[in-house]
Amino acid sequence: MAMSVIWTVMVGAAVLCGLATGNGPAVAKGALDGAAAGVELCLSTMGVMCLWTGVMEVMRRCGIADGLSRLLRPVLRRLYPGYAGDRRVMDAVSANLSANLLGLGNAATPLGLEAARLMAEGSGGTASDGLCMLVVCNTASLQLIPTTVASVRAAAGSADPFDILPAVWLASVLSVAVGIAAAKLFSRVWR
Amino acid sequence: MDLFFTMLVPCLMLAVAAAGLFRRVDVWGAVTDGARTGLKVSLSIMPPLVGLLTAVYMLRASGALDLLREALSPVLTAIGIPPETVPLLLVRPVSGSAALGVGAELIGTYGPDSLIGRTAAVMLGSTETTFYTIAVYFGAARIGKTRYAVPAALCADAVGFLAAAWAVRLIFGG
Repeated sequence: MAMSVIWTVMVGAAVLCGLATGNGPAVAKGALDGAAAGVELCLSTMGVMCLWTGVMEVMRRCGIADGLSRLLRPVLRRLYPGYAGDRRVMDAVSANLSANLLGLGNAATPLGLEAARLMAEGSGGTASDGLCMLVVCNTASLQLIPTTVASVRAAAGSADPFDILPAVWLASVLSVAVGIAAAKLFSRVWR
Repeated sequence: MDLFFTMLVPCLMLAVAAAGLFRRVDVWGAVTDGARTGLKVSLSIMPPLVGLLTAVYMLRASGALDLLREALSPVLTAIGIPPETVPLLLVRPVSGSAALGVGAELIGTYGPDSLIGRTAAVMLGSTETTFYTIAVYFGAARIGKTRYAVPAALCADAVGFLAAAWAVRLIFGG
């Protein structure tokens, strides 16, 4: 529903603003160009997307995600002190994080939702501190190699589509750190 | 250092393939099966991309985006964010495919290796679809009282956008 409203507002603003500024014909042409650009963007990024989902499938079958999730567990016990002793929750949370880091989005979401359901058991509809932390961590981007963005840059003719990696890592780390700090801080004052 | 980041992806491919062979995984089968999944994912985002890029191109042609940029320009310039990225800041927390469409449009218009193109790319790569994620997680867990999850997540988003703009300036100059 939200998207229906957003899309209608976008088109409405374009038509009204176009009529008011005399850009009406350009808006009409923009609609046709935009639709074609949607298909072009999709086709031009498809190759890199397929390559990466292929490489990720090899990673998954090698058990790299499982190994990573074992490595992450000690850190996560500190991040989720309320669930440190709950094996099922810690399994789901660490598998969710390792899938997020490796960019296995399709695997990360069901694991995260499993963790969320376990954390919500018997909570009476109020989010626990752990659940808030889980949601905050999943609304931050943790993907080590942002393949979709790189494929868009490659399609646009970038000289080196992955040269943004250090900037992405820096921005992601700062964003996640502030998210975690905010969650820990709010958890003391927000009941 | 530049060479490290340039070669990271091909070296990662080699390392993963070698690890797969060592563990007696059917590497070729996994690569092709994974690519088939990627094809499905790509095709599934095509319909929303067509709808959203149509709306974005119309908005740009109408001059509405220029008005928005001029209105917010003083604030954003003061904190170091290129004003051209305004539409991306607005849609990023709400819709992943809309953000991809808007970001791709910025990257195409200003060039992938320009300051604005890089900033848009780093913003896309270092933030998530916050409201969508919150809705899915709390919906699945049947939680009504979300307490501080939304403000904490939005703090992370705001820092993500700022840090993206600063990191690009720091690393690539400009």
